[in-house]
Amino acid sequence: MSRYIVKRLVQLVAVLFGITFLTFLLTYLSPGDPARLMLMSTGVTPSDELVRQVRSELGLDQPFLYRYGTWLAQVVTGDFGTSYKYNRPVLDVLMARLPATLWLTGSAMILVILVSFPLGMLSAVYRNKWLDYVIRLFSFAGLSMPSFWLGMLLMLVFGVQLRLLPVMGNSGWNSLILPACTLAIPLVAQYSRQIRTVLLEETSQNYVIGARSRGVKESIIILRHILPNALLPIVTLMGMTTGALLGGAAIVESLFVWPGVGQMAVDAIFTRDYPLIQGYVIWMAIIYVTLNLLVDVWTHLRDPRIRLDVDV
Amino acid sequence: MRAFRLVILQNRWFTFLLSLTVFWIVLAMVAPLLAPHDPLATNFARVLQPSSAEYPLGTDQLGRCVLSRLLYGARTSLLLTFMMIGIVFVLGVAIGVIAGFARGLTDTVLMRLSDTLMAFPGLIFAIAVVGMLGPGLFNTVLALSVVWWAKYARMARSLVISLQQKEYVAAAAFSGARKIQIIGRTILPNMISPLIVMAMMDVGGMMLSISGLSFLGLGAQPPNPEWGAMLNEGRRYLQTAPWLLIYPGLAIFSTVIIFNLLGDSLRDVLDPKKNTA
Repeated sequence: MSRYIVKRLVQLVAVLFGITFLTFLLTYLSPGDPARLMLMSTGVTPSDELVRQVRSELGLDQPFLYRYGTWLAQVVTGDFGTSYKYNRPVLDVLMARLPATLWLTGSAMILVILVSFPLGMLSAVYRNKWLDYVIRLFSFAGLSMPSFWLGMLLMLVFGVQLRLLPVMGNSGWNSLILPACTLAIPLVAQYSRQIRTVLLEETSQNYVIGARSRGVKESIIILRHILPNALLPIVTLMGMTTGALLGGAAIVESLFVWPGVGQMAVDAIFTRDYPLIQGYVIWMAIIYVTLNLLVDVWTHLRDPRIRLDVDV
Repeated sequence: MRAFRLVILQNRWFTFLLSLTVFWIVLAMVAPLLAPHDPLATNFARVLQPSSAEYPLGTDQLGRCVLSRLLYGARTSLLLTFMMIGIVFVLGVAIGVIAGFARGLTDTVLMRLSDTLMAFPGLIFAIAVVGMLGPGLFNTVLALSVVWWAKYARMARSLVISLQQKEYVAAAAFSGARKIQIIGRTILPNMISPLIVMAMMDVGGMMLSISGLSFLGLGAQPPNPEWGAMLNEGRRYLQTAPWLLIYPGLAIFSTVIIFNLLGDSLRDVLDPKKNTA
């Protein structure tokens, strides 16, 4: 058991190491000269002399691997450098923005769970009846819908036509509803489909046939026997989709002008604020990889079948 | 290969979807003949007009014809999507085949690299690549290729490894076929159909990724017509000119639906066992 966790931790470190390397490599390959950009952002007209001076101060004239090493050593202590645009430590800017993103993604995730479980279960119970077809049609449409277009349509209907909800920004609870729904709907489509498949797979297992032959009520079979077993693959799926959730948040935040890290990252791209982009990418990676590790360890503890596979 | 073609054409639903796709592609190719106006021509006397006889789908903030831009945009969107699927397919399969045959250190390095990429949210990495290298179509193509090849490499590698265990591969080796012949003649033809299904299922998602990046202003740059970029330009006119966001969105949505249906039905046709319905 503990061997498994250690193995996963080593993997986690390796993946994070790979991501820092790729991120740094990208910055290295980027066309702009950070020294020049930094000077320009402070309003100084950069002379060649000055640029050369700042370059050597920042250590930009050192070889690639040396620079990566020094940078990584700083990143490990939580120092991602200074944002060109805000002129503040990247970590501060990120931390000020992160709560808004967590609110958005968290409420979207709750919505997904609340809606997709009933839908998936109904779809499985009424398999190949009209209700199942309606749910599957919805789920198919949701999977093909570009989230930014969905968000615009919601804005148009609820914000402009009906004037029920605010269209942009963050002004209290109301303004969370539209972005959270925009983020949730494509995932609801994906989950209800997946939950249906998993439930149907479980239904054909021997223990279900056994319970049925003993005369156990159908509702009890579903809630007490099938659902707990079906939960494991679904929780794993949830871990995986946090990636889509965080990435999707960038699009939804920038559409609804939601003051989270995603919108910040997109803005940072246009101001060429490389340290901020680096910080964003690495933080998203940490959140994603850690969540997935927790999910894996949890399923590992919950499911004796997986445990046997690894330890024997 | 002929049997393969027959099976596909016998499925009416699949044929229908395939002809819809072909129709879409033809529409995009003959855009210059169909478009009523030059997609880049501005007309400041006719800014933000709703649909009329002259401009069937209205005009945008610069007085450009929305219908013409949609038709020309189809070229960019469709061409780019197919090109991208082609790139990640060839790149991924090549790397997977190399890893599967070489094994050892080459295999380990390539697979660890693909693990790292797959253990990471694709869109965020794509944002990172475009963010660092600068917005633009070329960098979008680069970003998405870097993210997507890993999946194909994994699949191709596992197919190569499992096919090498087959008796007919051993038979080919016994009868003195060279390694390159075994790969090209025996193994590749047998692994191609699951990979094609995978690629077909990805077309819709690829289109959504490309238009998503363009919507963020990171992909196609104005004034070039591209559906996601059109939505990005139109978002400021949500209240005054809703047609600027309804039509391009509808174009993306309907195209992605067709591709997703096509992918699903191709999977069902080629692999009836996996039919979950």
